[in-house]
Amino acid sequence: MTRQIYEAIVDGILGGGVYALMAVGLTLIFGVLDIINIAQGILVVTGAYLSYALSVHLHIGLFTGLLITVPAMFVLGVAIHWAFIRPLRGRERTSMSLLACYAVAIIIEGVLYRFFGPGYVTLRASYITSSIRLLGFYLPYIYLYGFALAVALVAALYLLLYRTKFGRSVRATMQDQTAARLVGIDVNRVAALTFGIGVAVTAAGGMAYGATSGGFSPNSGYDLISRLLAIIILGGLGSIGGALVAAVFMITVESVVDIWSPNWAIVVFYAALVIVLTVRPEGMFGRAPTRAQ
Amino acid sequence: MGPHRARFMLLGLAAALTAALLAACGSSTAGSSASAAPKPPILIGASLSLTGDFSADGVAFQKGYELWAGQVNSHGGILGRQVKLDILNDNSSPSQVVTNYQKLITVNHVDLTFGPFSSLLTAPASAIAHRYGYAFVEGAGGAPIVFAPKLSNVFDVSLPIANELDPFVTWIKSLPASQRPATAAYPMANDPFATPPVQLALSKLAPAGIKTAYEKIFPEEVADYKAPADDVAASGAQLVVLGSTDVPTVSAFMSAFEQQHYNPKAFIAAAGPDQGQAFISAVGKANATGMMVPNAWYPGSANPLSQAMVKAYVAKYGGTASGINADVAEAYSVGQVVDQAVTHDKSLSNASLISYLHSGVTLQSVQGPVRFNSLGENLVATAFIFQWQNGKFVQVLPAGAPGSVKILYPKPGWAG
Repeated sequence: MTRQIYEAIVDGILGGGVYALMAVGLTLIFGVLDIINIAQGILVVTGAYLSYALSVHLHIGLFTGLLITVPAMFVLGVAIHWAFIRPLRGRERTSMSLLACYAVAIIIEGVLYRFFGPGYVTLRASYITSSIRLLGFYLPYIYLYGFALAVALVAALYLLLYRTKFGRSVRATMQDQTAARLVGIDVNRVAALTFGIGVAVTAAGGMAYGATSGGFSPNSGYDLISRLLAIIILGGLGSIGGALVAAVFMITVESVVDIWSPNWAIVVFYAALVIVLTVRPEGMFGRAPTRAQ
Repeated sequence: MGPHRARFMLLGLAAALTAALLAACGSSTAGSSASAAPKPPILIGASLSLTGDFSADGVAFQKGYELWAGQVNSHGGILGRQVKLDILNDNSSPSQVVTNYQKLITVNHVDLTFGPFSSLLTAPASAIAHRYGYAFVEGAGGAPIVFAPKLSNVFDVSLPIANELDPFVTWIKSLPASQRPATAAYPMANDPFATPPVQLALSKLAPAGIKTAYEKIFPEEVADYKAPADDVAASGAQLVVLGSTDVPTVSAFMSAFEQQHYNPKAFIAAAGPDQGQAFISAVGKANATGMMVPNAWYPGSANPLSQAMVKAYVAKYGGTASGINADVAEAYSVGQVVDQAVTHDKSLSNASLISYLHSGVTLQSVQGPVRFNSLGENLVATAFIFQWQNGKFVQVLPAGAPGSVKILYPKPGWAG
């Protein structure tokens, strides 16, 4: 039993990396634009389909393909922001953005159905099914690579936000949009680029998701969105590092409980969220709400 | 009688004769025009999962229904009337399927209804059809939850799923002790289709001395199945009986097993490996070898009706015979059974149809003979076990049955 628990913890940590890749874009977008991108699930699936298309039709490896899919998804993100998010104004903006993102999800799902059909497809590569034996455990390469990619992306986003001029603009916008405007920051441009970056990193999450799930279809996004939302809420809305830690925590808890009861594992996943939020409503790494002036 | 009166009567008689002649001509004309006008088509309504979790199966079902309708129409239709399908998308939702059948019956006024895909959707849909007195002939609702309400209008043309693993259980029990798996794992998706046959297999294998190393039900909606699959691998069970509903579930388990360098002696899944090309694309031809699945039909069936359907399918949709999804045959069988019943009754009366299907008559389908018991289960459906062997989907059990080839056992290692 002890060995099983250790194995579940290792599974949880590695699997958490994959979920972090999917969730990090969602939390970044929320942090800057103050909107919940309900379309994140379908964007993950879109990333998976792009990797699939490059792999099957152009024989481009899954990781090499990211050099194409990440920029492509960036363009898609900027386009979505320009067409659906930017026009939203006024006090209803946040709630209307939920509907707009839902519409985006429906549209993208329809496009995926049109191009790829309703059947399941799978990403295939030698490192998806092979593993390395370490300390008595078989560690699948795809999860190791996925975890490394998650850490690298979180670090890159951290550097972008905290070591660049653009990052300062983003953080200023996150803190107070009006004040950011007053100091000359083009808030609309920052928002569009941030949305693009959030969707771009989701390309990596999509590839990892496609490689670790048994198969995916245009409909698969719906199974993801509630888990991704739970992760970013637990990690603290807007916190990139928090998304990684929360993903690892949640998937590890789920994986350990799964040893006794797979059905309860999913319940515990959300119960853990409720408990943490009761103790710390802003999430693990979220900013404490400031008092309204 | 005066001449004037006689002339008047003669004129009256002539007028009456003329009127009768005109009336006769008129009715004759009316009759001619009625026979010349095309008869209205028979409208058949069905709700299918064209999007959502069951979309791959739903689309295969749609192909099966449309293939059948095309074949029937090309042979003059039913009762001299063409068949027209009215298919609505239920997005794999049990609530939407109810709405769809309500609409098909009360708004679209379909003459007949065909069933949806999956027991999960058939159960609520059949209650709606029952409310309006419609016969509900279906091909993918073989789980006990469909028959539990004992509705008189439900008829499942396929194999009842609870006993579908019986040939496999019999074969395992027949193995010499030295070859028989000592331990077994029973992971099951939380689905009315996936759980009953695996639980029944467990209840028969455990008393035969096969120790249960793992038995758990996992939620079907999770995005990956690595955790339960790793638990099965950790159990080291020599036999895996997976209660699955689709290809991704089986593919995820296979992938996790390979990652853990775990290869059971036998691996059978309730569904997934029967999905033809979709399964091979997901797991690869080499890794598929040795994988087993229960079913009542396979593309290589010697049944002449099946062979004709396979030929028509390839002509219409392309591809190869082995790539045909078993759902196509299930849907096609629904059409065949309804066709035979309506043709016999010479009527589209649903009450008459229900009565005829309950009469104990044996009908023919691409899946083999069909005869219903009082619950609407197909009493004469035969369960077979199929196995992938080097890219071919072949019948292996019951051993010695016509069409069965030698089973590949133990399962070869993963191809990597």
